Amino acid sequence: MVHNSPALVPLLFLAAAISIPLLAIRNEKVAYPVTMVASFGSVVISSYNILLVLRTGPLTYHFGGWFPPIGIEYVLDPLSSFVALVVNVIAFFVLWHASGIQEREIPGKSVPYYALAMLFLCGANGIIVTGDLFNLYVFLEIFSLAGYGLIGIGERQAPVASFRYLIMGTVGASFYLLGIGFLYIVTGSLNMADVRNILPHIPGNPAVAAALSLIFLGMGIKMAIFPLHGWLPDAYTYAPSTSSALIAPIGTKIAAYVLIRILFFVFGVELVSRSLPITDLIAWLSAIGILYGSVMAMAQNEMKRMLAYSSVAQIGYIGLGIGLANPLGYIGAVLHILNHAFMKGSLFLVAANLRKKTGRSDIANLDVSLRKKLPWSMAAFTVAALSMIGLPPTAGFFSKWYLALGAIDRGEWGFLAVILVSSLLNAVYFFRILEKVYLLPPPQTTGEDPLPEARTGWGFPVGEENYSLMIPVVIVSFSLLLIGLGNANIVKEVIQRVIPLGM
Amino acid sequence: MTDFLLGHFVYWSIIILLIIGLYGMMFKNNLAKKLIGMIIFQVSVIMFYVASAVKWSATVPVLDPVTGVADAAKYISPLQHCLMLTAIVVGVATSGVAFSLAILIYRNYKTLEESDLLNHMKSS
Repeated sequence: MVHNSPALVPLLFLAAAISIPLLAIRNEKVAYPVTMVASFGSVVISSYNILLVLRTGPLTYHFGGWFPPIGIEYVLDPLSSFVALVVNVIAFFVLWHASGIQEREIPGKSVPYYALAMLFLCGANGIIVTGDLFNLYVFLEIFSLAGYGLIGIGERQAPVASFRYLIMGTVGASFYLLGIGFLYIVTGSLNMADVRNILPHIPGNPAVAAALSLIFLGMGIKMAIFPLHGWLPDAYTYAPSTSSALIAPIGTKIAAYVLIRILFFVFGVELVSRSLPITDLIAWLSAIGILYGSVMAMAQNEMKRMLAYSSVAQIGYIGLGIGLANPLGYIGAVLHILNHAFMKGSLFLVAANLRKKTGRSDIANLDVSLRKKLPWSMAAFTVAALSMIGLPPTAGFFSKWYLALGAIDRGEWGFLAVILVSSLLNAVYFFRILEKVYLLPPPQTTGEDPLPEARTGWGFPVGEENYSLMIPVVIVSFSLLLIGLGNANIVKEVIQRVIPLGM
Repeated sequence: MTDFLLGHFVYWSIIILLIIGLYGMMFKNNLAKKLIGMIIFQVSVIMFYVASAVKWSATVPVLDPVTGVADAAKYISPLQHCLMLTAIVVGVATSGVAFSLAILIYRNYKTLEESDLLNHMKSS
């Protein structure tokens, strides 16, 4: 059905990105309300879109009235509207949380920061809805350039981390561009659906294989799949907390979504998993990445760096689901995009609260007083950590469950072992923190009481928490329980509607 | 063999450019040199697209009264050039961001040598 709504969210963010610097010339306090209005608007529009898509089928929008394959087409199907909703909801909560820490993290730079954040989300939403391969490249670069800026604003080391990310990211984007060049030369089209229809008529063409490898390589860098993850730990560690919480749940997931979209919906399952062993390669690299990321996360002393390495591992789960190339693995991968966005979002927000409260987020400095000072943040951390480990009924359990079922379905016992072992490794590095906060006895004190009685608000103990920092974290992490309990509905109503053909 | 080499000389030169760019990014220690490598890499991709649009015995895609529109094959495809205009703009934006990051790095650490930067980052 042709409809205007697919184009609305990217255009809304683009308009916000342009109007924030203009409106904030006189008074820079305007930037934040405009950001929040745009972000809330995007949540409303994408919820409306997903309901409309589920009721009436895919929506398309043709730019300038040019029909595909000549014109650029925007497509919302259940998969893209689902990912768009996840991205916009998590961005809304992260930006809500940003109001409380902007003085500490980005003093005096709030106007350019929020404009960049809007541009970042414009790129993300554009990548999700576009049905055109070259348009995807343009949005990918908008998204990445805004991301480099968001990272580079951070600490003293942040520009170096951002520069390395920029070099790697540009190589990735150029490989992607080279790949679609090959694809265009053999098919003469850039529209995803059109290319999908043409490719079966040219079997065994080496240029298609070259295109596939180049696109995989390019997206693998953006997604930080195992040997290409070098840019990620530094970038996430030194970025401002809001950027980490914005880029960690959204950035790599978008690349994973592009990989799913192009591998399964442009090249087709037949080509990527049977004619060429690309999905097997992705699965093995991801399995190594899961173990490597978990082991490296255990070795870190700083919470944000630990979470960054844990992201490498979690991306591995999504890659593993893609690489299994069967319906269960696909469900696991898409469900894990949702789960990991919420888990990593809330964990990075808790790290931000810790930095605001104690100045640093070194794991060695965590102690038992935090459970009185930051009771709700620590409770949120616990829920998200349990979900990362994969304990039912939190959301993380169910995506791992589908991945495990997918591995069993393929008879790949090695992958099943990787999933189980990595859950144990996750448990090690998260219980290390939970033990310090909840289980150890309070340190010996001299005279004064180290744990003053907690401040209460509305009858709940709130410690020394700031409401604007606490409420978004609590909502995001406790919604992990809701997602876990409602996962059967999400899988049945949304994800299973677009199982790629031939799986 | 000579036919294979000479017949694809455009692609060979593009591959050589790609490798020079990758070499610059991976093995050079100075961030400015890495940036030069990145730009060479991007240019090679642009050259690849432009080369794919080359067509002998055809003219520029502007309506020519002599040639007419009856035989569209007498015009070369303008699409690759249009795509590359966009890609050039993207490339310029990328190098702009990269240069401003390099300036920030130099202000923070007074050096652009990557080995020195890594030492500074570890110590601080």
